[in-house]
Parts: sequence; C-alpha cells; structure tokens
Amino acid sequence: MRVRIPTPLRSYTGEQSAVEAEGTTVAELLVDLDRQFPGLRFRVVDEQHQLRPHMKVFVDQDSVRDLATPISDAGEVTLMQALSGG
Amino acid sequence: MSAGPGRGPTSMTTVAAVTDSTALFLGTRKGAWILTADAERRSWSVDGPHFLGHIIQHAVLDPRDGRTLLLAAGTGHLGPTLFRTTDFGASWSEASRPPAFHTGERLGRSLRKVFWLTPGHADEPGVWYAGGTPQGLFRSEDGGDTWAPVDGWNDHPMWETWSEYPEENTPDGSMLHSVIVDPRDADHLYLGLSAGGVFESTDGGKDWTTLNENVEAVFLPEPDADYGHDPHCVRLHPADPDRLYQQNHCGIYRLDRPGTRWERIGDEMPRTVGDIGFPVELHPRDPDTAWVFPMDGTDVWPRTSPEGRPAAFVTRDAGATWARQDDGLPEQAWFTVKRQAMTTDDGDPVGVYFGTTSGEVWASADEGASWAPILAHLPEIYSVEAGRPAT
Repeated sequence: MRVRIPTPLRSYTGEQSAVEAEGTTVAELLVDLDRQFPGLRFRVVDEQHQLRPHMKVFVDQDSVRDLATPISDAGEVTLMQALSGG
Repeated sequence: MSAGPGRGPTSMTTVAAVTDSTALFLGTRKGAWILTADAERRSWSVDGPHFLGHIIQHAVLDPRDGRTLLLAAGTGHLGPTLFRTTDFGASWSEASRPPAFHTGERLGRSLRKVFWLTPGHADEPGVWYAGGTPQGLFRSEDGGDTWAPVDGWNDHPMWETWSEYPEENTPDGSMLHSVIVDPRDADHLYLGLSAGGVFESTDGGKDWTTLNENVEAVFLPEPDADYGHDPHCVRLHPADPDRLYQQNHCGIYRLDRPGTRWERIGDEMPRTVGDIGFPVELHPRDPDTAWVFPMDGTDVWPRTSPEGRPAAFVTRDAGATWARQDDGLPEQAWFTVKRQAMTTDDGDPVGVYFGTTSGEVWASADEGASWAPILAHLPEIYSVEAGRPAT
C-alpha cells in the first residue's frame, strides 16, 4: 500500500514523499513502516500506542485516530501533521 | 568567522569544532549550535544550526570522554527523541530506543518532552539520566542510544502525590530537571521537580525521599510543606559534594549536608532586585562562589530582569553577600535567562556564560567582572552548557 509521508518524517524515509508498506490495520502499517524506517513510528505514536496529539492519519479521505482501523480495502494512507506551531 | 568582545555579534557559519578548548553547546527553540573558543576565550567559532527547526531543550557533552554529545529533541508535532554525535556534529544518530514510559503501565503516561540530560558517574561510563514531561526519570547505560524508565522513581508509591500529574501547573508543562549524581557515590542522586520539590535517593534511584525543609512555597496553603515546592535549578558543588545551591521560585537557597534544612541565602540580595530567578551556576573549584541571574517575580511575573536592567549577581562567601555584575551588559533589555541557559567553564579565571530568550549569547572571561556578546540573532535559547571537547 502506498503511504504518503509528511516532510517532518522524510529524514526517516530517505526523503521519499511516498513509500510502500503492508498491514491490515493502521497499527500494523506503522509497525511495518518502523521496520523499514527505524524510529519513525515513535515520532507518530506514543508508548501507549496512541496517535500523538498533533499527528493525523488519513485512510483514503477519512481522518482516523483509532489505530485498529482496518485498511485492507483502502487505496492509500497519508500521515500528516496538524497545522500548528510558530 | 569568529566573534569576540568589541566586535559584536557575528553571523553564523559552519566550521570544524574539534578542539581541546572550551566549547559551548546551545539548545534553542529552533535547533542546536556549537561554539568553540580560542585559548583566551576571546574569539568563538560557530557551528550550526544542527537540526534546524527542532526544539532542542538541552545539549550536553559527556565530560567523561569529551566526545559524546546528546541533544534532547522534539518538534511541535513529533514525539520526543534524542540525537547523538561523537564527532561534534559531523554525523548524528538518533537514539534507537528514546526515553519512554512502560507500555501498558497503570497510569498510561506518555512522555511528551525530554527536558534535561545529566551524564552519569565517572565510574559508570555510558550511563546518562534524562528527565522529562510528565516528570519521569530515565536512564541509559550505552551512551544514550537506548533508554529505560527508572522504575524506583516513576513507579514510586508517592510519585502521583509528589509530581504534577495528570494536571500540570507549570505553564510550559511540568518537568523533571536538575538530575544530580554525587561524584563520590554513583547511587546518591538528587532531582528537582517544577513543581514538586527536591528529592534524594541513596540507593541508585530505587527509593526516594523529600528534601525541602525550610524552603518557601508561597503558592501552597501549608507553610511547612514537605513537597510541592518549585526548585527552578539545583546544583551540587563538584569540589564539595556536601554543598547544594538552589535557585527556587521563591528565593535562593544553600544546603550543607548531611543537614536537611535549606538556608535562604537570597535574603542578602538587594531588596530592589530580590532573589527570584531561574539559573544558579557554580565556580568549579570554590564552593563559596555562585552566580545567579535575577528576574522580576513581581506582579504577573514578567521573568525579565528587574527594572529591565540585566545583571548577574555573584556571591563569594556562600551567600552571605552578593555583588552585581553588569559591566558590558545592556542598560535596558527585556529578555529572560532560562534555568539551563547559564553555565560556567573550568577555566582560570572561570568563564561565565548565558543565553537569552531573545537569542543572544553573552560571555565573561573574568568571572563575571565584564561581559561581551559572542553571538546574536539566534532563536530563543533554552540551554547553554560548557564542555571541553577531546582532541
């Protein structure tokens, strides 16, 4: 599955803006991403397996926060950071 | 390019930073910088930014090897992590297991910020401690690559009482700081909580006790509270490890062990200045000498220098008297010096340094008698630490 990577995480993906990863849920997808790009997952998901407050995950067009959300029928997953800061 | 007294702040450039002279390691809201001095500490080379855009709370060189430099890093969005270099920033690696609480733990804590770094005891090479938000304590035994929670603190039966959790009353989040390792005993530790107080362990962090006797806490209903105080910065004197200094939210204190009763030495500061501030820094050899940088703690707590007149104050008699040191500093300025943003080196005379929230680095090569700017136009400075890099 194609996963779109936001700029703050591209230091982990060799500056790739999109990568391929596998999984039947968002959680599994993030584990596979971390296998390929060590360290990426902890920047997105905390030690209690919760999506960090300012990070967002879109399964196709739907924003999800439940990492158990199935993605088998999805075409694309997008990781994104909320607009904030200064 | 270099800068020195009389030449004013310089623009930044990238140069090699491997030298045996004094270096400063800056953590800022937008990255890290390494400044390296010439032998006279009059000219400084500037290397940075490293990790532009990352929030660097603390940048600390390991004094045991003079090579391992750790950065406590985060961004506004991504989770906290640590970056490591052993070649002064020529190459970096990320901690393969950054500080974090146990997954599935009873309180469900997740670390939002790594705030403080302390190298371990000289007899324990590779050991580091980290403090964070929430107020957890973490330990590495491999030079900062992998970290584990210090269960004796994080899971102490009193942790929920001593710490600010889940509510946090400190504006930028409650934090654990001032992790101190007794140079005589690796198992003798101190730490500070803002807010929460000072705590001590004599068994390597397995158990902890409060250490706040006679410290004021005007924001607590109990006048003789055992905990809940707000130590902004705590330092142990390396040449006299029985002596501790504390810049508290409510004043400047000294404690001589084995005593447990802090003495308020800030009462001897000028009344028009007061004894509120963030940092307290020590002379590396003279246990009676310490520096503070007072701030305005009146009204709504501007946290700028009293009357907008920046000055360090030094005591050379363990707090019995204080002297103002402002030669070279601006007559009027409105910055804040945060708790990790002032430091001393081990030179003779001692170099004293501070960084400001307005992005300036000031240096004194004569123990505070005169000051000169060595860099300006940086992001808000969170931390300034001195070190002596290995060649």
